[in-house]
Amino acid sequence: MMKKKVTPEEVVKYFKDEFKTKIKGAKIVKRKFGSKKKESYYVWMKVDRTVFKDSIEHLIKLQYPHLAVASGNDIGKIIEIIYHFTLNYDQPLEEIILNISVELPKTDPTIDTISDIIPGALITEREKMEMLGITVKGIPDSSRVFLPDDFPEGVYPWRRDKTGPEKYYKNLHEVKK
Amino acid sequence: MSEEAITKTSYHIPVGPIHPALKEPVYFEFELSGEKIIDVNVKLGHVHRGVEWASRKRNPIQVLYLAERICGICSYCHPAAFTLAVENACDIEVPERADYLRVVQAELERICSHILWAGVAAHEIGFDTVLYFTWQIREKALDLTEFLTGNRVTKGIMTIGGIRRDITPDMLPRIKRDMQFFKDNFEKLRHIFLDDKTVKMRSQNAGILTKDDAIKLCAVGPTTRASGVKKDVRTGESYFAYGDLDVKCITPKDLTGTVNGDVYDRIIQRLLEVKQSIELIEQCIDEMPAGDIVSEPKIPKLMNQIKKIEGEGVGRHEAPRGEVIHYVKFDGKSENPYTWKVRAPTYNNILPWIPMLKGEQIADIPIVAASTDPCMSCTNRVAIVKDSKRYELTKEQLHKLSVEKTRRLMK
Repeated sequence: MMKKKVTPEEVVKYFKDEFKTKIKGAKIVKRKFGSKKKESYYVWMKVDRTVFKDSIEHLIKLQYPHLAVASGNDIGKIIEIIYHFTLNYDQPLEEIILNISVELPKTDPTIDTISDIIPGALITEREKMEMLGITVKGIPDSSRVFLPDDFPEGVYPWRRDKTGPEKYYKNLHEVKK
Repeated sequence: MSEEAITKTSYHIPVGPIHPALKEPVYFEFELSGEKIIDVNVKLGHVHRGVEWASRKRNPIQVLYLAERICGICSYCHPAAFTLAVENACDIEVPERADYLRVVQAELERICSHILWAGVAAHEIGFDTVLYFTWQIREKALDLTEFLTGNRVTKGIMTIGGIRRDITPDMLPRIKRDMQFFKDNFEKLRHIFLDDKTVKMRSQNAGILTKDDAIKLCAVGPTTRASGVKKDVRTGESYFAYGDLDVKCITPKDLTGTVNGDVYDRIIQRLLEVKQSIELIEQCIDEMPAGDIVSEPKIPKLMNQIKKIEGEGVGRHEAPRGEVIHYVKFDGKSENPYTWKVRAPTYNNILPWIPMLKGEQIADIPIVAASTDPCMSCTNRVAIVKDSKRYELTKEQLHKLSVEKTRRLMK
């Protein structure tokens, strides 16, 4: 299933050639560790929502990635979902952490599921649904993972707006600033 | 009872929320036909405490201690991954010596965790003498942890930009002596687990995870490596001092020549990793460069630096159970993280349980579930059994079933 190794530059080029302007803010971060100062690689890129599913299918053509997790940010009018992939994981010291972020407007926070092509994405997608209130289209199981069944509907613990958990914790836990 | 219940050929058995293998809460719903498991549904979240949200009110140094309390066994791994994420986001360089000291702590924790697991696994199949033997070794590892960090469980050793305690030359003889002790006892452990007929009977061809499933379900750590996937953060990525050290990604193939992906392979995998950890600690002690152990000892200065950062970072570390990954985002207004996402290894090892448990017997549930070394407090939260038709199998009953199966096989 694993194909030949790729370099971080090749990964960025591979995506830019296919999706052109739909890829924004692609950057490669290199960090050095230890006394031999060997490098580790992090690739960050923003993918337009319209081509998100295509981009993951495109990625699989290059190499079947390991999906570590998806994390999410509530940034004002937008919810950002970041998928953390790992490439080259069976190559010594060549591992690349590929972070693909997608911006979803709060008015229509929907994204396509990738659990049909990467079955391991199921739990993390379900978690994003309950924690950030997004809709994952085509997910085979949309039940909650971590939140209890009696947790109120329409409250999303990771949100920073009025659908956030504020009114539930205020009386329990006073934090002095 | 409706007509539907009469025509149904399979049974549903809820197991949990008390864990069938470890004393941690997770909820399984098994669909059974006789003794055989047809389908499994896993529910999580019983011990979710919202630490990610709590981090918004704390600065990175305070979050370190919060991260440490996510899990008792991985009390070094979570702060380590968090620190790496912060250092990546803020571009903080770490002194070389600290990189080596961090490896020593990480590997010592792996020894503790794998030996603890070996004891639990033995207990699950009814070998309590082995449980006491392994935990005796683990006690030694905990004593060494206490000697090096001042604490046995929550070590409080990690800090942003370095590590908090140095290893001085007068500490070396004690470390070397303990490493020798582990090596001596490792042989005994190897003999017990790998040559014993009963262990083999219970673990070979039980709970198989194929390589294909391991890749597709994104399994991590010893669980995926025992299925032949060479995924180890320590060899894949250069972080801490792992890029300098001679560390090889091991799979059961190195010992037996084949990979079956069963419980037995996962036992081999962890045993080999204990040996590898001992060697890594020795290597670190020998090759450790001199120098500072922290890049910025003044915390307020560090906090001021972080306050100005607007950016995000990912930190990964190979915990005893697999890759742990933390994501941190700073907004440039406050030193508190804007977002903190914790992903513990068990999170990814939940889905692989389903192919492992399908087709197995009820009595195999404890050992198969335990074979991934699940850590629920890392991953997790709630399930209510509404259907009065369903009955519950307690941890004790399940353990009894497992022990009985071992006894049956021994006859």
